[in-house]
Amino acid sequence: MSALDNIAVRVESAGNLTRNALPLLHEIRHALARLAESGESTAIDLRSIPFGPGDEADLLAALGTGEVTAQLQALGESRITETSYPGVWVVDHYNADGQRIAFQVEVTPVPQILAAQPADVADGLQRLEAALAELAEPESRPASL
Amino acid sequence: MADSTTLGESLRRNGVSRRGFLKFCAATASMMALPPSMIPRIAEALEKARRPSVIWLSFQECTGCTESLTRSHAPTVEGLIFDSISLDYHHTLQVASGEQAEAAREAAMHENMGKYIVVVDGSIPGPGSNPGYSTIAGISNYDMLMDTVKGAAAVVSVGTCAAFGGLPKARPNPSGAVAIQDVVKDKPIVNVPGCPPIPQVITGVLAHYLVFGKLPELDSLKRPLAFYGQSIHDRCYRRPFYDKGLFAENFNDEGARKGWCLYRLGCKGPMTYNACATLKWGLGWSWPVESGHGCLGCSEPDFWDAGGFYQALSIPTSNVTRTAAAAVAAGAVIGVAAGLANKAKKSGAAKKHQTVTVDQLGKG
Amino acid sequence: MDFLLWVRGPAFDVAVAIFLIGVVARLFEILLLGRKPLHSEPKGGEFGNGMAEIFKRSVPLPDIVKRGAVTLVGGYVFHIGLFITIFLFVPHIELINSIFGVRWPGLPNPVVDGVTVVTMVAMVVLLVHRLLQPVKRMLSGFEDYLTWVVTFLPILTGWIAYHRLVNPYPLILGIHILTVELLLIVLPFTKLMHAFTLFLSRWYNGAVYGRRGVQS
Repeated sequence: MSALDNIAVRVESAGNLTRNALPLLHEIRHALARLAESGESTAIDLRSIPFGPGDEADLLAALGTGEVTAQLQALGESRITETSYPGVWVVDHYNADGQRIAFQVEVTPVPQILAAQPADVADGLQRLEAALAELAEPESRPASL
Repeated sequence: MADSTTLGESLRRNGVSRRGFLKFCAATASMMALPPSMIPRIAEALEKARRPSVIWLSFQECTGCTESLTRSHAPTVEGLIFDSISLDYHHTLQVASGEQAEAAREAAMHENMGKYIVVVDGSIPGPGSNPGYSTIAGISNYDMLMDTVKGAAAVVSVGTCAAFGGLPKARPNPSGAVAIQDVVKDKPIVNVPGCPPIPQVITGVLAHYLVFGKLPELDSLKRPLAFYGQSIHDRCYRRPFYDKGLFAENFNDEGARKGWCLYRLGCKGPMTYNACATLKWGLGWSWPVESGHGCLGCSEPDFWDAGGFYQALSIPTSNVTRTAAAAVAAGAVIGVAAGLANKAKKSGAAKKHQTVTVDQLGKG
Repeated sequence: MDFLLWVRGPAFDVAVAIFLIGVVARLFEILLLGRKPLHSEPKGGEFGNGMAEIFKRSVPLPDIVKRGAVTLVGGYVFHIGLFITIFLFVPHIELINSIFGVRWPGLPNPVVDGVTVVTMVAMVVLLVHRLLQPVKRMLSGFEDYLTWVVTFLPILTGWIAYHRLVNPYPLILGIHILTVELLLIVLPFTKLMHAFTLFLSRWYNGAVYGRRGVQS
């Protein structure tokens, strides 16, 4: 317990008063309906929402955790979590210093960033071919290996 | 120095995967306060973006704006943005000084004539005032500014001093300070006010130029609408308390502890346009109202002279009580004088009154 | 912003000064006019009857309800609405507190907002009624329309400012304050002075009737 915790500040449950979570949940419901009907994906930037203390926790608690949790290591860590509502994902990007750089709700079958990207696939193909080429010519490798 | 490598190429060369690039685009969209639906367009534009050259001029300022900016300079993502602009002159940050520093500025101007961005923090002594109030390398601020903006593609005024005159211009304005837009008339200007501005807002504006090659959409005070489009009050998480009539009456009462609205304690949120309520400060940790203090209105012109920081917005700036007392006294004097004049008129009329007989009336 | 600072500063000072000088001077003038002394034996109390009259006259006579329903209902609605919007809106209470050092609890903003709309509707109805009714129109002069305008403008601009229908906010807030200053300046020299003389004259009527022992 730090000294800060001793200060008698009792934030009146902002979740009940600012109620940012509730309208967001409605927005997500509309987005999910669009996904179900026409397959249209939606992304909501949570950093543009004026969250009061507790709002973010309220929203995440209301969404819950679903079947998929993924970690991405690219320019720092990213956590991609499916909520208890299939098709609703929380995408949380951090930089190498662990600072949040983007925070979104995506309503989509699979967040685009999880899929292997064509450019990376092409790059990977080249590397695999190069590796195989090396394996095919073992005599060219130094004897010490 | 600016070069011809595009950002997409430079990222790939640095071993950044396409996934990493998409993440970078998501962060850039968030930083520019653009909706996630813009990410594909940002990705497309960033692929082709080229490093613009930036010349940063610091005049009558406190370096708070630069401090704020460097706090946004976290490695990797924002770092990549700054690897993607070429900061060719910043006399506070650069190693070179004196002749060499000024030579770097001249060189950047010549090489990128018509294409570079000039970022200014701080106001300058106006053309009519003593130039000696602020000089760099013996050159007056006014001369250096006018000389540097000549070949600029755009000017970004960072901080309230550069944007609106700020503290140096506060009454009685001893140095005759003026805002950059008061003297630079023939270049596109973006004002990024705040004391200091939110770091992401500074980088967001530069990123917007980097990505789209043009300046963002502006309001009537030339502030980017993406960040200054809504008032603090409208985006404040304490707004429901204002609407319910629940106010903190002082900084140590029940209302203050419960986090009620700070309007009565002088919060200038209703007249202040800025992004503090959403972007927050300290990498999204908190912001003044969340920490229990009203907004000072630092991104508005003349905020320093806009009445007391701790007086509600609706309160007059002058000493009305004294005026009111004097007015009541004056009114009483005038009223009594008028009353006495009326009395005199009445008694005068009574004196002139003569008795009239029926006969006299008949004659008339 | 400069405009807002001006209306909140020097302009407000000037308006308050003219308002107070005007109101106080006129009240003194009226009170000093005096009345002829009454030499008759008092047949009843003066003060109590005067006070009672203030309230009695607020209750409309049945005949008036029938003949002037629009004027009566509209008039009551807009006067009560005016009172609520002026004295029970929190920013206004802060202003009064800064000048006189007294404050009281305000109403929640959405309530004041609703009352403001009702007040404006009542005022518009009264204006239309004034224009359509031949008798009322004949009785109305320039001053009646001027006082309507200077009373209506602060309510309208205040409502626009609260809902931020005009940007930037400092501009519309400044316009709102300016219209109030206009009202303050006009008030003491027009019929609007009834805000101060109404209860005075009602009391006087009641007091005279009381002394004479007449039913009022």
